[in-house]
Amino acid sequence: MVRGMKSGLLAAATLVFAGCAATDAQPQAAGSDAAPAATGAKAERFDKNPYPSTYHAYPGRVTAVTGVTIFDGEGGRIDGGTVVLAEGKVASIGGADTAIPADALVIDGRGKFVTPGVIDVHSHLGVYPSPGVDAHSDGNEMTSPTTPEVWAEHSVWPQDPGFSRALANGGVTTLQILPGSANLIGGRSVTLKNVPSRTVQGMKFPGAPYGMKMACGENPKRVYGGKGRMPSTRMGNFAVDRQTWAKAAAYKKKLDEGKTVDRDLAMETLAGVLSGEILVHNHCYRADEMAQVIDMSHEFGYKVTAFHHAVEAYKVADLLRKEGICAALWADWWGFKMEAYDSVPENLPMVEQAGACAIVHSDDANQIQRLNQEAAKALAAGRRMGLTISDERAWRWLAINPATALGIADKTGSLKPGKMADVVLWNGNPFSVYTRPEKVWIDGALLYDADDPKRRPVSDFELGQPGEGDVK
Amino acid sequence: MIRALLLSAAALLALPAAAQDVAITNAKLVIGDGSAPVEGGTVVVRGGKVVAAGAGVAVPAGIETVDAGGHYVTPGIVAAFSRVGLTEVDAVSGTNDRSAPRTRFSAGLDIAPALNPMGSPVAVNRAAGVTRAVVAPGGSSNLFAGQGAVVDLGDDMAMVTRPRALQYVAFGEDGASKAGGSRAATFLLFREQLLAARSYARGAATLAEWGNDAMIQRADADALVRVIDGTTPLFVRVDRAADILNVVKLKQDFPAMKLVLVGATEGWLVAPQIAAARVPVIVSPLTDLPNSFEQLGATQSNAGRLEAAGVTVAVGVFDDDDAHKMGYATQYAGNLVALTKMPGTSGLSWDQAFAAISSGPARAVGMDDRIGSLKPGRVGDVVIWDRDPLELGSRPTAIWIDGKRQSLTTRQDRLRDRYADPAEGALPNAYDW
Repeated sequence: MVRGMKSGLLAAATLVFAGCAATDAQPQAAGSDAAPAATGAKAERFDKNPYPSTYHAYPGRVTAVTGVTIFDGEGGRIDGGTVVLAEGKVASIGGADTAIPADALVIDGRGKFVTPGVIDVHSHLGVYPSPGVDAHSDGNEMTSPTTPEVWAEHSVWPQDPGFSRALANGGVTTLQILPGSANLIGGRSVTLKNVPSRTVQGMKFPGAPYGMKMACGENPKRVYGGKGRMPSTRMGNFAVDRQTWAKAAAYKKKLDEGKTVDRDLAMETLAGVLSGEILVHNHCYRADEMAQVIDMSHEFGYKVTAFHHAVEAYKVADLLRKEGICAALWADWWGFKMEAYDSVPENLPMVEQAGACAIVHSDDANQIQRLNQEAAKALAAGRRMGLTISDERAWRWLAINPATALGIADKTGSLKPGKMADVVLWNGNPFSVYTRPEKVWIDGALLYDADDPKRRPVSDFELGQPGEGDVK
Repeated sequence: MIRALLLSAAALLALPAAAQDVAITNAKLVIGDGSAPVEGGTVVVRGGKVVAAGAGVAVPAGIETVDAGGHYVTPGIVAAFSRVGLTEVDAVSGTNDRSAPRTRFSAGLDIAPALNPMGSPVAVNRAAGVTRAVVAPGGSSNLFAGQGAVVDLGDDMAMVTRPRALQYVAFGEDGASKAGGSRAATFLLFREQLLAARSYARGAATLAEWGNDAMIQRADADALVRVIDGTTPLFVRVDRAADILNVVKLKQDFPAMKLVLVGATEGWLVAPQIAAARVPVIVSPLTDLPNSFEQLGATQSNAGRLEAAGVTVAVGVFDDDDAHKMGYATQYAGNLVALTKMPGTSGLSWDQAFAAISSGPARAVGMDDRIGSLKPGRVGDVVIWDRDPLELGSRPTAIWIDGKRQSLTTRQDRLRDRYADPAEGALPNAYDW
């Protein structure tokens, strides 16, 4: 049995790291895919993708940016380079000799930088939108410590003005919206293209796998301890988690055996995790707790894709590398609670140096506008301690690494030809405080242009209000 | 005799270690008053004070000299509005003295005894180049939050530069909530409390006799009298344009009162009126979201538009973390410079932006004759930076506060060094210290 679990874990790990290869079978892409996949004959069939993406790329024109410095998102750099966008894709990338299609709009990029669009793996835009009124507070289903049955997309308010700020000031083109961290298991996340839409479905990233939010530590035990309920301690946290996983394993066993099961939305999500279709994003600050969660994932045969807010990742960077778990981090947040007390500004570069997967994340409607700046601060701190990490390598923290953690690295997250043309043209080095996005393309469509006051989104909420259409 | 000894021991503990006289030469020298940096500048600090700064300043004979190697040398950053020293870990209530929601006092509260100069936020903020901070109380159960202080972030026990340096009150939604549920209640309560204080000061035997509907205590009245006569500046958190106008109008009834606006998210909509009233503004400059209905007009161009209208603008770090990350001031100021390169936006020049985090906060709190710049007579708070201080990740390489060289090592540095190689060696990591 234990052995079976372990091989299950390996399979899940392979799925995550192959990432790209597995995506054809990902739930959001799969239309009316049915469960269970293997031996579904006896089982009740249900739609795994009942809220499918209706996102479509907006029209773009063939565009070439020339003479520009390129960070390709996978650690490569080209000076005086050319990048060509066509048909919504990155068509080519290279040096000055790169062929430019005759019909291309050519943008002189001298003195400027091109990067893949910034990807934030940890956002609550839409579920905790602006204005932050009680009527909008939809990010934590704080009525049970485990709510794997809730889906963040059912809380996302697409009119949150925060999306537009992340686009225009931060160059964010893709973001994962997570439930909050009040619960041990908070529910499913949703990955969005940062494109305004009337509906959440109109923003959903086509083919992105679902994620599931988990949380360690202070929040769940505080919230439920405060209600006089379990968990009220860290051991209570683990007990509730383990009991839930045990139940999920039994449910999945029935599915795998082709037995008929009642619809159970919570168990469906957890079974999706156990089968590797749904990726675990685990809020966890402390090093010792991360190590315990890793053991728990081994015990029940699932894979933690990323630890978020991993303030103490630097203490276990070797362990994270060994387990193939990403650390999604702030540059320098600290001191707001006990589990954030041991923060060091070198956390990101120390994780990078250990060979683990480092990601800059925001968890914040303001810092999502400056993830490049957060990376720059961390990079400078790393260099001061003697770690030699190049700018282009550090850009992976905002690009291919988060794309990998979201299971979409085959589609976006770098400027490889054939990938989505999710691209930012910066008016200088994006690791300088004096630099801002000049243009942002999503799937080749120009959706922000600093030089065109009308080429920026104004949400319904902001229409007719003071500051409508203002620079923000 | 014993008493005298005790007193002197206490005095020793309370005072910073003796200031060293020092001349810092070969500096890209920033005075902090909005003037452009001077190449090849020198700053001379004697007796804990700046005695000269500029190009062609002679180095006195026999003084310690530090060659800045052409790097930026600036006055220390002044945190314009903060809770530095009032909290260690926010969510650990015993360490958190920001607010006093269950006290029966309000304006009379004085945060000075709550300050902890040995707290790790003091060291972390200092290592980021912050040498002084305006520290305000968070709130009481009543309208007025109490009296804040101006402090230094030196590694000694004498933290308070000026006690009772400001009184703090929130209007807008927070103030309405405190006053009973509407803005009308805020303005009435504000007025009644000030009038009660004035009546008390003029000889009403007790507040109770005067008819204490204003719900203040004697200590509160004493503090509010100093607000009315302008001794203590009144820092007012206010964001909505209409609220700002109403707050500025309060000067008509209390003409000696010295107002300072905090936040003023929609200030740009009423910038001429703020300028005309000569009220300084401390902004959280990157607030650009309608976090509430009183911030609908939020834009990063607020600071630039206010400055262009002639308002004295200071930049603070308070809409995110107001205690641990005062080093964000340089990043925020740098972002305002970035806006000057963008079409349609308003920002600050580099010189203005640096002033907004040094002399600007000093002016707002009425202390620019003592802190916030390297003009002669100011405190000897000097920072040498490894590069452009507004650039991301720039750090001080040396800091003096009151002329005393400071430690730049933080608890975070110790953790970093311990885990530079996280794997355990011949002994557990706990033996590595």
